[in-house]
Amino acid sequence: MKMTNPADWKGILIIGEINNCRVQPVSLELIGKARELKAGCPAVGEVAAVLIGSGLSGSLAEIEVTGVDEVILVDHADCALFHNDLYAAILKQIIDTRKPSVVLFPATARYQDLASILGIRADTGVAAHCVDIRINEQAEILAVVPAFGGKVLGDILCPAHRPQMATAKPGIFRQGEPVPGHKPKRSLFDASTIIADTMKKTRLLALESSVCAVPEGIPLEKATVVVCGGWGMGSKENWALLGDLANLLGGAVGCTRPPIDEGWMPDESYMIGTSGKVIRPKVYIGVAVSGSSHHVCGMKDSDLIISINNDPKAPIFEVSDIRIVGDAKQTLKGLSDKIREIRSAK
Amino acid sequence: MGLSIAVCIKPVPDPKHYDKIKIDPVKKTVVREGISTILNPCDKHALEAALQLRGSDGAVTVITMAPPNAEETLREALAMGADAAILLTDRAFAGADTWATSYTLASGLKKAGPFDIIFTGTESADGATTQVPAQLAEWMDWPHLWNAVTVEQTGEQTLKVRTKAENEWSDYQVTLPCLLAMSRESNKPRLTSLMGVMKAKKKPLTVWCRPDLDVDDAALGMKGSPTQPGAIFEPEMGRKGILISGDVDEIAAQLVEKLRTAGLAIETGDVCAPGGGNV
Repeated sequence: MKMTNPADWKGILIIGEINNCRVQPVSLELIGKARELKAGCPAVGEVAAVLIGSGLSGSLAEIEVTGVDEVILVDHADCALFHNDLYAAILKQIIDTRKPSVVLFPATARYQDLASILGIRADTGVAAHCVDIRINEQAEILAVVPAFGGKVLGDILCPAHRPQMATAKPGIFRQGEPVPGHKPKRSLFDASTIIADTMKKTRLLALESSVCAVPEGIPLEKATVVVCGGWGMGSKENWALLGDLANLLGGAVGCTRPPIDEGWMPDESYMIGTSGKVIRPKVYIGVAVSGSSHHVCGMKDSDLIISINNDPKAPIFEVSDIRIVGDAKQTLKGLSDKIREIRSAK
Repeated sequence: MGLSIAVCIKPVPDPKHYDKIKIDPVKKTVVREGISTILNPCDKHALEAALQLRGSDGAVTVITMAPPNAEETLREALAMGADAAILLTDRAFAGADTWATSYTLASGLKKAGPFDIIFTGTESADGATTQVPAQLAEWMDWPHLWNAVTVEQTGEQTLKVRTKAENEWSDYQVTLPCLLAMSRESNKPRLTSLMGVMKAKKKPLTVWCRPDLDVDDAALGMKGSPTQPGAIFEPEMGRKGILISGDVDEIAAQLVEKLRTAGLAIETGDVCAPGGGNV
């Protein structure tokens, strides 16, 4: 195993995610965190962001306004489809030439995969799904990562290897204040040689990508109000009451793991938690949700948390601003009826 | 000739009971007393995919790197239908991060192989880093795909695989040998039959320790791990909740007031009133 001299490595490199020619918000959130780290400890160095894709010029404005110091574009027709082997080869070369001290990746399906590959190719450690990043006196990063579904948090260090790598899920960090008119340094990375070399030997061929059925209504992560149901809803009929309230409040319905297993919700895109979505709506209403640490990790930063559960000892009450101990179905129905009553009286 | 398939599995503390996990305030270690160990739920999907692809003349080997009592979990996988099991166990492997874990697993798989395909789950319930599948594939120098939802054999040496990212499917053609991390959405794992449990007792289970593997000691366990653990703590959760009580109508009326205060326009149904204040 190689040992590296940390002094040779400087700066933060953000791996931005592009999808359908759009910069994914998680990329901007990572830049927000990196700028915060740099503001607190200038010794960390410059913040650069790399974007890989095809036809990236439209994405530039979005990323430049974040106040990032440099944008590195890898714009090539052969990068239109995600290819883990190829993207990792390109990033490996960028890391080797620039020697960043820290590299941050989105913890999304595709980019956590890249982080994992680069952990081996760059011979270094990767802190997974961190919920916070701090810097210690030695200007090393401490990544706070969840274990056991978020019941335990632990600091992860990478003392003897560089770069120090970490991933974070969408919604964990906040985008920084935009810096209008900011013009970061722009670098173009010519990937044609790596592409030719990789495609000659890779045994993976990207055929096509297609959009899955887009969930109806407002996406969970953008909703102002989230009505979340748990296993205690008991049946598909009762489940419909959640949608009714969400509609009245202009919000979205989310769930824990069991309702997906029960078939009340179609798939994991509606799931809130450490292996689902991390949300922070204005109002979260948890109905018949017990409050496992896995779920709580995904919603505990909501502005107002209202919980309805018939078990007064349900752990969800520990993180709630408003507790209602009672029957989920009756309470939900009562609330929806009350809102209708107010509206019809108007 | 049928396919030779390996499936990586992991014994984990039952995720249903993670709320019982505590941190010992003095020793600063995780206390998981009284929580049973189960086969990592995601890994059942990997095993199911392997059993479906095996056909009549293939073979499925399950492998894990774990403490000696993991034999029980391996027997469970054998009862589900795997043909053979391998346990990599040694004090030298303890405390490994994903880098050192995938290195050790790769060494066991190279010794046990050659395999055509390695199946894994997408993540473990306890650590949940999602990193081991890709890192194992790197040590094998094989192509891999993470979160595969469908696998179709299109030729003797080729598969067509569909993966799922957040809101997008991607289709790939991949040449064997390869590693696939199977999505929870990919299949419904079979239940274990009593007959399966009986048969599992007679299936081969091999135990390999440090001296059985061709590995570099400096790359094993905690010593070989680039990441090092620091302090552990329980997340800050506390909110001073107020209790709302009464009959259904009274509760509803109080809730409406709370929603108004939070800036929701109850009368109009607008998501957010101008200024976010009272309506």
